[in-house]
Amino acid sequence: MQAFDYLPAVSVDEAVAALAAGGAGARALGGGTDLIAQIKEGRRSVARIVDLKRIPALAEIKFPPEGGAWIGAAVTCRTLNQHVEFKRRFPGMHDSTHLIGGVQIQGRATIGGNLCNASPAADGIPNLIAHRVRVHVAGPAGARVVPVEAFCVGPGRTVLATGELVVAFEFPASPVRFGAAYLRFTPRNEMDIAVAGAAAAVELDDAGQNFKSVRLALGAVGPTPLLVESAGPRLAGQPVNDASLELAGSLARAVAKPITDMRGTIEQRQHLAGVLTVRALRLALDRARGTRTVDALGRPL
Amino acid sequence: MSSTSSPSSVLVETPLRVVGTRPVRPDGIEKVNGRALYGADVQLPGALQGRVLRSPHAHARIRRIDTSAAAALPGVRAVITARDLPPAPDRVEEMGDRTTSLRYVTDNLLASEKVLYQGHAVAAVAATSDAIAEAALALIQVDYELLPVVMTAGAALAPGAPQILPGLRAERMGQRDPQPSNLASMVRHERGDLEAGFRRAKVVIDRRFRTETVHQGYIEPHATTAICQPDGQVTIWATTQGIFSVRSQIAAVLQIPLAHIKVIPTEIGGGFGGKITVYLEPLAVVLSRKAGSLPVRLVMSRTEVLTSTGPTAGSDIRIRMGADASGKLTAAHAELYYEAGAFPGSPVGAALVVSFAPYACATMRVDGYDVIVNRPRSAAYRAPGGTNVAFGVESVVDELAAALSIDPIEFRLRNGVKEGDLRPNNEPYARIGHLECLRALQQTEHYRSPLTGRNRGRGVACGAWGNWGGQSSATAALNADGSVSLNTASTDIGGSRASIAMQLAESLGISYEQVKPRIGDTDSVSHNDVTGGSRTTFATGWAAYELGQKIAAEMTARLAAAWKISAEAITRKSGGFASGTQAVDFAEAARIACDDEPLMVSVTVNPKLYGAGFSAQCVDVEVDPDTGKVTIVRYTIVQDAGRAVHPSYVEGQMQGGVAQGVGWALNEEYVYNERGELLNGSFLDYRMPTACDLPMIETVIVEVANPGHPYGVRGVGEVNIIPPAGAIANAIHQATGLRMGALPMSPPRVLSALLARKNGSKGCGAVSQG
Repeated sequence: MQAFDYLPAVSVDEAVAALAAGGAGARALGGGTDLIAQIKEGRRSVARIVDLKRIPALAEIKFPPEGGAWIGAAVTCRTLNQHVEFKRRFPGMHDSTHLIGGVQIQGRATIGGNLCNASPAADGIPNLIAHRVRVHVAGPAGARVVPVEAFCVGPGRTVLATGELVVAFEFPASPVRFGAAYLRFTPRNEMDIAVAGAAAAVELDDAGQNFKSVRLALGAVGPTPLLVESAGPRLAGQPVNDASLELAGSLARAVAKPITDMRGTIEQRQHLAGVLTVRALRLALDRARGTRTVDALGRPL
Repeated sequence: MSSTSSPSSVLVETPLRVVGTRPVRPDGIEKVNGRALYGADVQLPGALQGRVLRSPHAHARIRRIDTSAAAALPGVRAVITARDLPPAPDRVEEMGDRTTSLRYVTDNLLASEKVLYQGHAVAAVAATSDAIAEAALALIQVDYELLPVVMTAGAALAPGAPQILPGLRAERMGQRDPQPSNLASMVRHERGDLEAGFRRAKVVIDRRFRTETVHQGYIEPHATTAICQPDGQVTIWATTQGIFSVRSQIAAVLQIPLAHIKVIPTEIGGGFGGKITVYLEPLAVVLSRKAGSLPVRLVMSRTEVLTSTGPTAGSDIRIRMGADASGKLTAAHAELYYEAGAFPGSPVGAALVVSFAPYACATMRVDGYDVIVNRPRSAAYRAPGGTNVAFGVESVVDELAAALSIDPIEFRLRNGVKEGDLRPNNEPYARIGHLECLRALQQTEHYRSPLTGRNRGRGVACGAWGNWGGQSSATAALNADGSVSLNTASTDIGGSRASIAMQLAESLGISYEQVKPRIGDTDSVSHNDVTGGSRTTFATGWAAYELGQKIAAEMTARLAAAWKISAEAITRKSGGFASGTQAVDFAEAARIACDDEPLMVSVTVNPKLYGAGFSAQCVDVEVDPDTGKVTIVRYTIVQDAGRAVHPSYVEGQMQGGVAQGVGWALNEEYVYNERGELLNGSFLDYRMPTACDLPMIETVIVEVANPGHPYGVRGVGEVNIIPPAGAIANAIHQATGLRMGALPMSPPRVLSALLARKNGSKGCGAVSQG
């Protein structure tokens, strides 16, 4: 393992300055569950690590009275998994935060790190996209806000410029009759990376029979997590039935542009994009309606 | 004590008090609390840290290696390449898990002219810190001339294939081929007129199968520390299945007398056959010698373990079997092409003997081909070669039974081997428990219960493994308080300290707690073969039995002298000794016996009547029709242990074999790109099952005593891994109607077959019709 400088920052300004001064060789450290492994295995060369975990602003969890949530970038998955109010407001996010590693990893791993690592297979990002999360960024040129679906630009690459870091995630308030879910496929039940993943968020009409809005996102079927842009306009106003669910699946398959690698094949991933989308939708629908018609994997009971 | 039920039986007839109980293992506490010392835990003062430079290419000629910059780096104390190893003659010797040319063994340790697989060692360094050693590796310049890679048996045997080992000419049934090729050897066993047998059949099934390279997957990476003194005396700490095998391999490669080498075993974190071959130990010795006799420690990363050690062979298999209308087999034919990796020695020879081993059939031919490819040199893996071929045979047997509308267990019973029947290599079986295992499986609640739930299927399969005896030696010292110190040198890889101590306690008529087993180094007792071949509880246990007999006889003689009576007048009674009105317990007898002279005995054995082991298994699976994922819902294994010395460890072996078999069947495989680079060299992407992927594996121990052991013991470590892939394939067939022709039956393969059927074409995973 190569040597590097370690700088624990205590404020956003200090972290921005340290990252900017470090240039391309500097890297922000959240829980380190990806970064440390990458350095150890020689997959990433880093000269300076700026530790963000001691910055109070990045550890904040706030709930605006009008709904939604403000989650600091360095909040761990474990904290979110244990947080009663966050789980009450965004039960669908738990699908991601409890999937990332085991309990020990969850105690280190952060949602900010999951996003900034920018893995195409990240379990957190499709769910953030489905939840219409906005990413608050600080940097040498000031603060800016980026829609999460625009944040990743390639495998391991993001919109962050040198010196920039993620401060927090802004979750908009959920409408009534809202439900969200994330599902992934892995050959093993634990200790595995998503071969494909799908997140769905739905808002139903008052009768609970028609889609008011739908937001679908996919993981591990393209160079970045993908928003299925056509799903919103095509499904809004449609009745909830097998035909509309199958339409959602086909829209997902059309967006998926997977590759074959050691974790899966093109054929498999293309197919799973549709299967997981339909299953995630069924799970999200159950949550929106308060019913239980599918199992934990979204399969009809 | 011993009496016999038949002329060839050595079974003792007295009731057993210790064998068959479940005492606490002597090494348990320190393993649970983390104090046990494993290979990488050896930290000697002043030790140098070593690193190995490995080839990034799967096949290349080494034009030049320049180590000067690495050697000049401050802190670097030694750099070695193949030139630092003694020139190796092309002389065939017993080396680890095979008999092979010394030249191949040496060339696998450090490549000389060519690198033959990605991860092939090219150079090694020793430095004052690991960081310096790592930096030094980056300074070694190797000039490679890339050569075309050959990754499969099919490609290696194709006309015009690049020659991997220069000058290799196949030994084909005792004759040397005139032309070089990538075929190392071809072996055949046969009996009867094969085609006449197939003409008598009502149904013939002819199928082809493919299995991928898999690794043993032991949790502890290879690690060693070695010191080579200025006078040439060598001390090595090794995590190995056999310290004497390490010693003899190093003696041969480095041309050092055996007595000058001491190998000290650490605890071992699994091996499964993969910790017999030496990889690091000779390099550490040579580095130490070159670094002025400082100790040198070498530890592999997980990726190095996967790219450069193990694995076991991938294979191409054809199985053809015929049966008459009554369900009796009329002919059986197997063609096995096993990928040896870069050097000869795939387990195809063992696979030939496994192939149709559970089936009595007068007409049989089995052909095995040992094929060189640009993959790491294969090493033994639990019942080497067995799982591959049984996957094919058990799939075909299932098809035959279905075609004749016969229950799959009933079909196996009709054709099952018993005492006197022949193995595929035409050797007769002694008393075996195959039919008993099948009947026990038939009687399990699992097999008798109805299959419920959607997308589920049930499969059965069976398997046979010959087991082994081998050489063991041991000593025991009687202490004056009646405790006994037992010294062996057989690696304890699955609880054999306990199972060997139990046999000594049984033999001596004392409690297990009175025996303290220790595992010594190569200077402590004489030769012990490796812990492998399911031999240790059988053979070293036999040595323990004889130690007990010898101690008891010597104690009796000394008591007789003390009591001034004849030894014949003394009898054993509830652990003690008695004569007429005199009676002493064991401790008092020990005090008297050790009063004037210490009492120590030694035994060497090479028992030949190791009984074959059999297993029958049943599995319920659920196949997700939308994803192709196979979930193991329920699993039952029946196995003949002969006599289960410590039933908990026997059950552990049975469950462990099934767990590994499930991994092999469902997800494990080496994934290479077109350049022969391993893409999944980590436990994240080399997907072995975790506890979350397996149900509680139900075990049924059958005990058909082996007449060739005093307590009826058979080896139990290996046969359990042979049936799982076949059983799971048969269950997938019942769940989906698909016959999977390739391992692993992973989600993309099962899904592809499901989608292909839906679309009316054949998927890559489906078997072609013969």
